[in-house]
Amino acid sequence: MTFVGWIQIVTFFALVAVTAPPVGIFMGRVFMGERTFLHPVLEPIERGFYWLAGVDSNKGQDWRAYVVAMLMFSVVGFLSLYALLRFQAGLPLNPSGFGQVSPDMAFNTAISFLTNTNWQSYSGESTMSHLSQMAGLTVHNFLSAATGIALAIALTRAFARSQMRELGNFWVDLTRCTLYILLPLSIVIALALILLGLPQTLLPWVKVTTLEGIQQTLSMGPVASQIAIKQLGTNGGGFFNANSAHPFESPNAWTNLIEMWALLVIGFGLTFTFGRMVGDKRQGYVLAAVMAVLLVSGSIAAYVAESSGNPIVTAAGVDPSLGNMEGKEVRFGTALSSTFAAITTGTSCGAVNSMHDSFTPLGGMVPLFLIELGEVLPGGVGSGLYGILVFAIIAVFVAGLMVGRTPEYLGKKIGAREMKLAVLAILILPVSILGLTAIAAVLDAGKAGPLNTGPHGFSEILYAFSSATGNNGSAFAGLTASTPFYNVMLAIAMLLGRFAYIVPMMAIAGSIATKIKTPIAAGTFPTDNSLFVGLVIGVILITGGLQFFPALALGPIAEHFMMMAGHLSP
Amino acid sequence: MIAKAARKASAFDSSLLVRAVGDAFLKLDPRKLARNPVIFVTEIVTVLVTILAVRDLFSGGPLWFSGQIALWLWFTVLFATFAEAVAEGRGKAQADALRRTRTQGQAKRLSDPKNRGRFEKIGSNALKVGDVIIVEANDVIPSDGDIIEGVASVNESAITGESAPVIREAGGDRSAVTGGTQVLSDWIVVRITAAPGETFIDRMIALVEGAKRQKTPNEIALDVLLAGLTLIFVLVVVTIVGLASYAGAHVSVTTLVALFITLIPTTIGGLLSAIGIAGMDRLVRFNVIATSGRAVEAAGDVDTLLLDKTGTITFGNRMADELVAVAGVPPRDLAEAALLSSLADLTPEGRSIVEFVNSKAGIKNPDLGGKKVDFVAFTAQTRISGADIDGVPYRKGAVDSVLAAIGATAPPDFAAAVERIARTGGTPLAVAKGKQLLGVIHLKDIVKPDIKERFAALRAMGIKTVMVTGDNKITAAAIASEAGVDEFIAQATPEDKLSYIRKAQEGGRLVGMCGDGTNDAPALAQADVGIALQSGTQAAREAANMVDLDSTPTKLIEVVEIGKQMLMTRGALTTFSIANDVAKYFAIIPVLFVSTYPELKALNVMGLNQDTAIISAVIFNALIIIALIPLALRGVKYRPLGAAAVLRNNLLIYGLGGIIAPFIGIKLVDLFVNLFV
Repeated sequence: MTFVGWIQIVTFFALVAVTAPPVGIFMGRVFMGERTFLHPVLEPIERGFYWLAGVDSNKGQDWRAYVVAMLMFSVVGFLSLYALLRFQAGLPLNPSGFGQVSPDMAFNTAISFLTNTNWQSYSGESTMSHLSQMAGLTVHNFLSAATGIALAIALTRAFARSQMRELGNFWVDLTRCTLYILLPLSIVIALALILLGLPQTLLPWVKVTTLEGIQQTLSMGPVASQIAIKQLGTNGGGFFNANSAHPFESPNAWTNLIEMWALLVIGFGLTFTFGRMVGDKRQGYVLAAVMAVLLVSGSIAAYVAESSGNPIVTAAGVDPSLGNMEGKEVRFGTALSSTFAAITTGTSCGAVNSMHDSFTPLGGMVPLFLIELGEVLPGGVGSGLYGILVFAIIAVFVAGLMVGRTPEYLGKKIGAREMKLAVLAILILPVSILGLTAIAAVLDAGKAGPLNTGPHGFSEILYAFSSATGNNGSAFAGLTASTPFYNVMLAIAMLLGRFAYIVPMMAIAGSIATKIKTPIAAGTFPTDNSLFVGLVIGVILITGGLQFFPALALGPIAEHFMMMAGHLSP
Repeated sequence: MIAKAARKASAFDSSLLVRAVGDAFLKLDPRKLARNPVIFVTEIVTVLVTILAVRDLFSGGPLWFSGQIALWLWFTVLFATFAEAVAEGRGKAQADALRRTRTQGQAKRLSDPKNRGRFEKIGSNALKVGDVIIVEANDVIPSDGDIIEGVASVNESAITGESAPVIREAGGDRSAVTGGTQVLSDWIVVRITAAPGETFIDRMIALVEGAKRQKTPNEIALDVLLAGLTLIFVLVVVTIVGLASYAGAHVSVTTLVALFITLIPTTIGGLLSAIGIAGMDRLVRFNVIATSGRAVEAAGDVDTLLLDKTGTITFGNRMADELVAVAGVPPRDLAEAALLSSLADLTPEGRSIVEFVNSKAGIKNPDLGGKKVDFVAFTAQTRISGADIDGVPYRKGAVDSVLAAIGATAPPDFAAAVERIARTGGTPLAVAKGKQLLGVIHLKDIVKPDIKERFAALRAMGIKTVMVTGDNKITAAAIASEAGVDEFIAQATPEDKLSYIRKAQEGGRLVGMCGDGTNDAPALAQADVGIALQSGTQAAREAANMVDLDSTPTKLIEVVEIGKQMLMTRGALTTFSIANDVAKYFAIIPVLFVSTYPELKALNVMGLNQDTAIISAVIFNALIIIALIPLALRGVKYRPLGAAAVLRNNLLIYGLGGIIAPFIGIKLVDLFVNLFV
């Protein structure tokens, strides 16, 4: 740990803290239908879309209609992306002449981008044509992000309204999110990245002569535009296999900072949008505080673990002053690599600028555990907000009875129906993560995946299913996941993690919206103070901890104590 | 019929405990346990472990371990059923008491309600709704009904526990009679309003016994959460088999079951129904009968209370509070005149004047022996009362009447005093001796001494108090500010009450009220919590969801507190139960994987003996249920504070305490167990 390292971490989080509120307020204006400075330019385009699609933008949808619209949209998105990948060999913009993508790989990839996971079973620079990257993957980077945000806004409206059925219109929310929020921000970020040295070209590669005098072929392409939305939409699917560790995705400290900022700004911004839309800003601050406390703690834990290095390596004569530098880029250093690992897993982004597989056991447990906490810190764009609201509902219910009233959150009474649906939603995590990991750990096809043996190999499997279920997409790289077994199993995990969560969550929204909003009084369970922040943190930690403690004990925790005892994996 | 003895009996009375132990075994019937998902699952896996233990007995397996675990799992289930049985114990005893005195007597049915002389005797069980009967002195009233003719004094001690007889008469708000009570004098003609088996006493029996106990909405929601947690832990524990196999570890089923049972929320699962039953029971001991647990729970949610002024906020009657003499009249003369004019006045106001003069002015009642005394009674026409003592008329009464009677005009200081009294909501009474105007008595509504503090406490809890009164606005405002209520409805009609409740509910509020008259019935039905007074009409009792047997309207406040306490107890034990899990992991996980990864013994932060750690955790898990039964029955400590303060306190005790306590508890159990190993 160094002073500069701490300064880097503090500066970064301060930057997010300053910029997220205005972004959140802007998003609130967009979703509440207020005019913004972008309206003169974009409103005609927005109307044009509605006219083309025959959408009545004033017509509200109840939760069922909203979910059905979202599901239909997703099915069409999946089929078109799958077809594009399968037929890319014969389609234009394929300068490298890549062949078609195999069925299981195309299935996995289509699900992956549909669900905002961006798990990359493929290696971008050697698999995907420019058309697949631009018209397939990048388009879904926008749409999956916009879908998540739209759903979160629908849930927000449920809390804001009293005795209503309508939660807004999916098509309108989707269009406005893409047009007014994601596109403008991506363009600005992409331009900044281009200025700082990212390539943006339709050329497939350049041949260069290196300093050693060797000829090398460097893959290129429309990188900057994809990286901007990859970070902003917490997608995480890089242009190159090495993701943000690749010098063309993030050549220097400035691009690293911008990419890290883009990763958090919407997630945190949405908490301010939430506070604004429910008419009580403090409620938004509380959610932001919960996210921030856990996320910053994760960053610090990872930084401490990584700076401490590996005693076995130190004993072998390696200078430990830089910490554990295996799998890290020197241009980013330990502090920003650890922080990146925390924020990319606290959100469901999954972009990486260092290899989590090479972290120390506890350093690597941080990203793993952050994913397993449910991807709510601040989680995927939109999905993090609706995720943390489900936790807030559970926290309110468990502790809320203690004030002697039927628990209520934002004036809405939490009853058996909400509890049933909330429980159904949080059950998805153990079902998918623990269930599928256990299956993989038993079957030969699963056991063939990990590169390492012992607890680290186990961590690689656990991480893959955690990442897929959390729609994160980052990997403990040691796992060979491009097999049909993992392609299919992980696609199932991604589907469960996204849609099996969304449906009960939206049913909660439907039920909450129809409830009467009770006025706040001294007897009301307070959800706008630090006590509630602590309570939600406790619920998130205990829920996550209780579910995954045995699995973590068999993976990183066992590995950590073995490392401390000077043992190598068996 | 709720005999005082039964009502006061402690839950831990030895005879009740013996009965509860027996009931605890009967409740092991899985068909009964299925209502309680957590304990039901516990029983199923306990049977499984028992089978494994039996197998170990014959195959020479680790019987010591599996036998111990099986034994303690059975205790866990039994402790949970015992908790429920203890909670039900007192209710059962009360129901028995009620049954013993239920009448199987005869009823005198009139074929013609107009003709009291002709009746036929039929069994009271044969009475139908609408039958008209006559009940005479010393008859036990055979069923619930409304008096349509006559007036009688009735001994209702069977229901209220109060031995003083009450007057019941046709018409008005005191026309309802209850089956099982006894007419002491006179006769009444009653129209039957309840079918056999549905009388008030029948319903009371069903309620105190818990026979018709349905889960309350919060209980259902909590059950869902607990079932969900159980399901999560099923997944966690079952997948351990697969996860551990990757490391080549074999984990025994008994160990996994032990881990599972300690993780699922058996503590709250075992105590949940006991808490609900105890809450109802607390009401019964308080002499309030709720028609359902739902009503008790709703009482905890109430955030607006409609309170009748008279009887709740003020004493029933106006009382003398002040004497103001006219300039030049010695105050003592005024006091004496006030006293003499009121000596024969038996109205509560008159008596209050006598009392006031006795105590405040220090003047004893004069000895009137040998004097010629003529009392003048109050009439609605004269609006004056008093006495002629040796020919000197002492008079008190309405100001203008007295002035007219003595033919005087009001001096300015007198007029000012009268005006001031009227403005503050009091009633001025002029006092005259002969033709001389002496002064004015200030009669006022006396607000009950501790009521202001109670309203402040309610306000801290977020409950708005609304005073309902027939008084005019000025009077109402004066009393409202003195009592510290938040709002008042002056010159209230029953329609005003109803519309106020509707409006409050549309704004998302939950309203509680108390009423007795037939015209209160719509409002009682509309309110979320309506408490009818036992002395009230049948209509009011039907419309309400609680009946107060003592007929004291202030009870509404206590009922709200009991409702809140019940919810708090559930929340506290749920939080405690879940928080407990942290320690259990640290007890069991190191043992579970220690053969594969010996390094994991670093997680054994409690320093438990690795041979007994699992058993210690299971024993702790069972004992904590027993240890918390008193808390479940008594309810958590209740203080009227704001929600934020209550939450902070309870979170500290049951949340943080729930994390720390089992670390200490399991360690202690382990030390104890190791004394015998």
